[in-house]
Amino acid sequence: MQKILIIGATSSIAEATLRLYAHQGAELYLLGRDEEKLETLANDAKIRGAAEAHWAKLDVNDIDQHASVLQTAFSSVGTFDVVLIAHGTLPDQQACQESIHTTLRELNTNAISTVSLLTWLANQMEIQGYGTLAVITSVAGDRGRQSNYVYGAAKGMVSIFLQGLRNRLASKDIQVLDIKPGFVDTPMTAGFKKGPLWAKPQTIAQSIVKAIDKQRDTLYTPFFWRWIMLIIRNIPEFIFKKMKL
Amino acid sequence: MTPLYNQLPQQSVSGWGQYPKMESVQIAVHSKRKIRELFSETKRNGLDQYGLITRGLGRSYGDSALAEQILHTEHLNHFMQFDADSGDLTCAAGVTLADILDIFVPRGWFLPVTPGTKFVTVGGAIASDVHGKNHHLHGCFSEHVSSLKLVVASGEVMSCSPQENAPLFHATCGGMGLTGVIVEATLRLIPIASALIAESSYKTANLEETLTLFEEHDNATYSVAWIDCLATGKKLGRSLLMLGEHESREEAVKEEQSQESALQAHKNGKMNVPINMPSMLLNRYSIQAFNTLYYHKQTRTHQTRSVHYDPYFYPLDGLHNWNRLYGKNGFVQYQFVIPKSAGLVGMSRILEAITRSKRGSFLAVLKAFGPQNQNYLSFPVEGYTLALDFKISPGLFEFLDELDRIVLDCGGRLYLTKDARMSEATFKQSYPQWEVFQEVRSQYGADRLFRSRQSQRLGL
Repeated sequence: MQKILIIGATSSIAEATLRLYAHQGAELYLLGRDEEKLETLANDAKIRGAAEAHWAKLDVNDIDQHASVLQTAFSSVGTFDVVLIAHGTLPDQQACQESIHTTLRELNTNAISTVSLLTWLANQMEIQGYGTLAVITSVAGDRGRQSNYVYGAAKGMVSIFLQGLRNRLASKDIQVLDIKPGFVDTPMTAGFKKGPLWAKPQTIAQSIVKAIDKQRDTLYTPFFWRWIMLIIRNIPEFIFKKMKL
Repeated sequence: MTPLYNQLPQQSVSGWGQYPKMESVQIAVHSKRKIRELFSETKRNGLDQYGLITRGLGRSYGDSALAEQILHTEHLNHFMQFDADSGDLTCAAGVTLADILDIFVPRGWFLPVTPGTKFVTVGGAIASDVHGKNHHLHGCFSEHVSSLKLVVASGEVMSCSPQENAPLFHATCGGMGLTGVIVEATLRLIPIASALIAESSYKTANLEETLTLFEEHDNATYSVAWIDCLATGKKLGRSLLMLGEHESREEAVKEEQSQESALQAHKNGKMNVPINMPSMLLNRYSIQAFNTLYYHKQTRTHQTRSVHYDPYFYPLDGLHNWNRLYGKNGFVQYQFVIPKSAGLVGMSRILEAITRSKRGSFLAVLKAFGPQNQNYLSFPVEGYTLALDFKISPGLFEFLDELDRIVLDCGGRLYLTKDARMSEATFKQSYPQWEVFQEVRSQYGADRLFRSRQSQRLGL
């Protein structure tokens, strides 16, 4: 039986992923901010087949809280086979341009909090000697674009942090998976008009579970984003800077 | 803040029949609290001048889940409680029947009533008060729902059941989402020993033989007939009548070799119709050829086989977006019921009118219904029901008006879940309890907030 810790468990992608693990009979530990929703999710997971589903409140922006909440999780369950970090917000780029406070808040939520969690978790996993650290970043982190570079910068920072971590933990048999979804139809993106490139959280979740099983390093999901981002990364800057992206 | 009508982009939306289409805003809700906020903001901003209706998976065929503002329940999809002794399952209204089967078939439970697709939500199944192949014995879906929770126009969450707030319960079951937003329900699953169905099928020469066989087999758990709606004269109403029973563990184990595989849930089908097909594809000749081949696929007058519940109950679920086969102009599904007393004569009149029109249906499904329930707008009454698909084409609506007259003449009526075009007069004549329904709606202020394109067409 697998033991799974999920941070930001109330996000759509996390929820779809925890359901797959619940169906497999895993033991789950869910962390998030909305306690009512966490209780609903834990209940649902147990009915779907989870061996056990614990939950606790965690506000990722309260960094002082991280160590104690994570310690409690590890003490009560023992070890975790998979830790998935899934929390995040989609900043309003215009608002960020107008206020450094908004920008800093978004960088805290989407990057600094994750770095803090990973710092503690990496050390713990190193002691544990096995397992997977999986973090949801974004294709937006691959190249800065005028429409959302604050979000992109935050996600890009996490991706580079993960690269280093992977390099550090590779010899310790710990998988560090960077999950880069494209457009996903979630409450976070409710205001967008959806086209053919949009994917459902269920599709993303299936690919995450598969990538963890296969011990992959980076996952573009759905798969075609690997090719889209390959092109986007390789457009020369003198052209790219004039594009409306 | 909850997004409002004027803050969201409009999208073209239609029912499963792809007719009619309308521009509307899509609002996804995640909790009862969000629904309450949405209602109060809608009223405060005067947006209740626009229609608002709840939509599940959009499998009703016509315009019953269409309005200027569409509220989506897909995120209200959690299981809340399961009692492994009684089979009582409490879940949020956006849980799909596919999801229930996926989780509970391997544990030996099945849906008490299921329509011809598993891609519907529990809330939608209640609002349409769907029926299945066991209606003659087990009634509609709502008859297995012991209680439900509804967010009414005031934002209050009302519990209702046949005992508690009974009028609201009977208006909500079959009420097409016009009383409030169903957010939660408790239904009782039935125990099964195998995921397989023992199917027994009979080939009949004409309508009389088909109806007689329905009578003779009224104790079979499941029964349905596929009818060749283009056969004429002496062959009018020739059918394949299919009966079914859940297999026992012994039967299943014998065939499947292991206990585990005996309770295997369905797999997700991979076939898809990616785009609308040219509507020419389904014409008089291709439909006639299909019907003839289908009828002759069975050579013996009686045969039995063991079949998984998925192809047995949901043959079309294997082909995603099959509605696109009818082309971009869409189709209407016409499903009526006539009382038993009108029986053979009435059904023959209607079938003759259809064969005369040469507007064949790809699939025509005939079924004998058991007694009517207490819900004000539930479709089934004791008698015979026939469901047909018609591609949208010139003259179709005039022809369907003609069929309406025969159906009304027989004392029958049409299924609101399939309907996209019946007149207000036809509806009010054939659903005599519509006034009671309206009274309950106005008592809860629902008539001023919840309106679909269908409800406006039908004068509700």
